[in-house]
Amino acid sequence: MYQYDAFDRRIVEERAHQFREQVVRRIDGRITELEFKPLRLQNGLYLQLHAYMLRIAIPYGLLSSKQLRVLADVTRKYDRGYAHWTTRQNLQLNWPKLEDVPKILDELAAVEMHAIQTSGNCIRNITSDPYAGVAADEVADPRPYCELMRQWSTFHPEFAALPRKFKLAVTGAAEDRAAIAVHDIGIRVVKSDAGEIGFAFYVGGGQGRTPLLAPCINAFVPEAHLVSYTEAILRTYNRLGRRDNKFKARIKILVKAVGAEEFARQVEEEHAHIAEGPLKLAREDIEGFRRFFRPPMYEVLRDDDPTLAAALLGKDRGLASWFAHNVAPHRQPGYAIVNLSCKSPDLPPGDVTADQMDAVADLADRFSFGALVVTHRQNLVFTDVKKRDLPALYAELTRLGFATPNVGKLTDIVCCPGLDYCSLANARSISVAKQVAERFEELSKLYAVGELHLNISGCINACGHHHVGHIGVLGIDKQGHEFYQLMLGGSSGTDASLGKVLGHALVHDEVAPAVERVVLAYLAHRAGPEETFLEAYRRLGPAPFKEAVYDPARA
Amino acid sequence: MTLLAHDAERGARLVEDDPWLDLSDETPLPSHGDVVVPLARLADVVEAPGRLAARVDGASDPELLAPHLHRLALIVVEIPKFTDGRAYSLARLLRSRHGYRGELRAVGYVLRDQLFYLWRCGFDSFALAPGKDPADALAAFTEWSVTYQPAEDHDVPIWRRRRAG
Ligand code: SF4
Repeated sequence: MYQYDAFDRRIVEERAHQFREQVVRRIDGRITELEFKPLRLQNGLYLQLHAYMLRIAIPYGLLSSKQLRVLADVTRKYDRGYAHWTTRQNLQLNWPKLEDVPKILDELAAVEMHAIQTSGNCIRNITSDPYAGVAADEVADPRPYCELMRQWSTFHPEFAALPRKFKLAVTGAAEDRAAIAVHDIGIRVVKSDAGEIGFAFYVGGGQGRTPLLAPCINAFVPEAHLVSYTEAILRTYNRLGRRDNKFKARIKILVKAVGAEEFARQVEEEHAHIAEGPLKLAREDIEGFRRFFRPPMYEVLRDDDPTLAAALLGKDRGLASWFAHNVAPHRQPGYAIVNLSCKSPDLPPGDVTADQMDAVADLADRFSFGALVVTHRQNLVFTDVKKRDLPALYAELTRLGFATPNVGKLTDIVCCPGLDYCSLANARSISVAKQVAERFEELSKLYAVGELHLNISGCINACGHHHVGHIGVLGIDKQGHEFYQLMLGGSSGTDASLGKVLGHALVHDEVAPAVERVVLAYLAHRAGPEETFLEAYRRLGPAPFKEAVYDPARA
Repeated sequence: MTLLAHDAERGARLVEDDPWLDLSDETPLPSHGDVVVPLARLADVVEAPGRLAARVDGASDPELLAPHLHRLALIVVEIPKFTDGRAYSLARLLRSRHGYRGELRAVGYVLRDQLFYLWRCGFDSFALAPGKDPADALAAFTEWSVTYQPAEDHDVPIWRRRRAG
């Protein structure tokens, strides 16, 4: 993974120092709260319902075991012993004290971490494919580009006061595991017929109150122009994006208003001026980043490992089920990708305790070259595990509660913090997730429900990505009471789509039973076990599901 | 009003006397002295009494300024809110696209913690928001010893700097 050099270290240290001074000036009154707000936000510090919340950046989700141990330490020392993986591959502390934040930043800086630009109206932490570097369907590893873009966007002087927040995602694979269609800019690495690397740019996607899928504005930007083209988009947006209404300020509104074609033309015009300037990348520039992401020293192994094969046939059906659900194929023979499910019945989705972090760090050292990835579905990934080691790893993960065989399945629920923590929430989300999970633990033992993404947001801001859940749940407020809308048919994958509201809103305790009726209707109507929920919904339309939820007597 | 200036050679300093006379749309031109006029009035000022400056805001179109740049010694950019970042892009366009080399001044809601970015985007003088401590503000320009991306202060991205060793 990327290693800081003296420049990177100096920048993070100077940032920690700067923020410490800003806090001093805030406390002694030289900066007003209003003026302090954008400063603290660009340092990941939110004012939540009960306290400050600190969002720590995990660039493209990649962590070393050493970093994870420091996160555990910070969580224990400055918070209540648990933290939260976000849907943008970051980590949130829910209860730090303002005066402790500079100390936390110092401790993070010591292991090349920070909270820079994890919130505020700036370019946010860049997200990527959790299987980057090991996916079998990859054109090129996206991480060197992510790191390059991280550096370009960090403290970019021109883009620190954008109309609104700005999120980028990069994928290098055929299957989209980075949800690029619902980002301000989604970048897909592509290869031309001549074998040259370039990028397809999707601009103006997003969730929130105006969910939109990003149109492609350029199908092939040459590799050398990755940064200059992005700068041209940002400059166009910074100048022309709306600033009169916070809800109309995202780039998606601009792109929609002028049209994708016209927006693309404006970007091209801007880009023509800067394409050959200092941001143009030389081959060696990219090579300089690529060398940090070379594959680890794999052992030469046979792919059909006999230890694993025997164990899979053994008495423990749990191992087989876990292998089927949580383990993905690797491109190196004899290795596998292992998903750690952070969705157990005991903790709210995405929550993780300091002790669990320490334990996971140890496992990463033992089984996966000391590295791990945080996913946008709030799980963790060990990218390089020997197949031979899978039974041992399974035993350890089971002990820790990370082996629930549900990755990509119904109880692998994506969920925002909701009313329990968030000052913007309309409704609770964690308790809904819990009720659904309880209900389905039994059901999923009985049926192979297959791939099914359930995403829950506590309000229209959509941090729980409800628009792109196969089943989405959105908390809304009706005359001061919490209600929930049910949406079906969303997807953040390669075939991205936005979910549609099924019918009238439900009260809290109706949500889990309604989700259950949806799933039972799917099981009743699917063409066969191979047809996933999403495929069935696309084939059948909403009618049978609507009937199941709202008119169960007839259904 | 506290006025600061900053450039690479001399660093940051307070500017004691500011010769510029700021004129509104209607105020007639004085018989002598350096004047600042709104962008809309620029075309009407055929002959300035002294040096000439234009007042714009972040939303202004640099193309409208372009034909006048050769006769401007100062451009004053009004920043209505510190959260409005259009001035940054405007400054960069004026400097790099249009080659403007005169003074570029940020006025309005200008705070200490924006100064470094404003400077990186091409501003070289700054009228600090009322009530803000000038000594604090002077320190803002030395907070960073290294930056990742090229802007108007330098054109060497960090990856190229690393290669140079
Ligand atoms: S979706 Fe709403 S309730 Fe949930 S975390 Fe985001 S802002 Fe808070």
